[in-house]
Amino acid sequence: MLRTHIFSLVFSIFLFVIIIELIRRKKLLERYSLLWLGVAGLMMVVSVSRGLLDFLAESVGIYYPPAALFLVGLLFIVALLLHFSLVISRMSEENKTLAQKIALLECDIIEKENEV
Amino acid sequence: MVNYKISVTGKGKMKIMNEQKKYDDSHSLLIIMPSYNEADNLTAAVLDLRENLSDVDILVVDDGSTDRTKEVALDLGCRLLKLPFNIGIGGAVQTGYKYAYEKGYAFAVQFDGDGQHSAKSLPKMISVAKSGSWDLVIGSRYLEDNEYFTPLARRMGMVIFSRIVSMVVHQKITDSTSGFRVLSRRAIEFCANNYPADYPEVEVIPQLYFAGLTITEVPASMKKRQRGKSSITWSKAIYYMVKVVLAISISLLREKPDKGREVA
Repeated sequence: MLRTHIFSLVFSIFLFVIIIELIRRKKLLERYSLLWLGVAGLMMVVSVSRGLLDFLAESVGIYYPPAALFLVGLLFIVALLLHFSLVISRMSEENKTLAQKIALLECDIIEKENEV
Repeated sequence: MVNYKISVTGKGKMKIMNEQKKYDDSHSLLIIMPSYNEADNLTAAVLDLRENLSDVDILVVDDGSTDRTKEVALDLGCRLLKLPFNIGIGGAVQTGYKYAYEKGYAFAVQFDGDGQHSAKSLPKMISVAKSGSWDLVIGSRYLEDNEYFTPLARRMGMVIFSRIVSMVVHQKITDSTSGFRVLSRRAIEFCANNYPADYPEVEVIPQLYFAGLTITEVPASMKKRQRGKSSITWSKAIYYMVKVVLAISISLLREKPDKGREVA
């Protein structure tokens, strides 16, 4: 049980460092990193504090507290995927609007050139 | 390039005047032909239109075709909107409505570039639209007995759609999947701003209804595809069904259907 905690603590610190480094290199936008940082932080807290994990596990009816860690991870993945779907939906809408605008502008340019 | 700049400032005013004139002309009409790799069918469709309608503005919306669609359209003397990549039928048609809205057209016709629609039904549809009481005139294959043959499976899907749509809009719609339509200026404005991305024909009917616009159907004849394959496969058909039913159900949750309809 202790080993699980050490492993998840090391893993969450590792994750935290990687995210900070990605932001520093401007590979990851701050707005998309907040969710990741939040989870890395939460994982760290839960790994360190036995009491919190036990309480968490007990309150949702999990008999084996470390399994609660997996639950937290899984819920986070679902939330993140939903977040990505939202971002993709918005971007494809914007992408479509841009393509339409390009077509309309190109048509305007050709019409203007023909007027010369 | 210098000439170009002068022409913009010099003719800018004239262009605005022209557009103003078009707003007043309640009969200006634009044919919108969404086309994706239709170089083989386009010529026949355009000739068909010109045979049945005199002096008509035809706009080909090339949805990122990889064949000679663009060249064929220009050779035929059509206006052309060339999308930089394929964005799907809904987005392509919407680009046409945006053009019609910006240029001040009073009516827009949606007409498939694949030669499926027959322009001989158009004069009737247009005159119904011009009577002024209808914002959306749908060309229906099923109002009158015509030679149009639909395979059973597809026919079933179409009947289900039409039933659902008829229920939602409280009037009988026989051919909700028809992409053969005439739109009023009000409907053009609506569609320029809101248009579903894929399989838009069915979905847009309730949307227009909720926006308080009026809908009617006119018999129209359609032909089998001239060349090439229809884009509908089985897996797409299932997605089509689920997507449209979901979209209409969600729109019922979103809008306040019968609110304000009494006025219309």
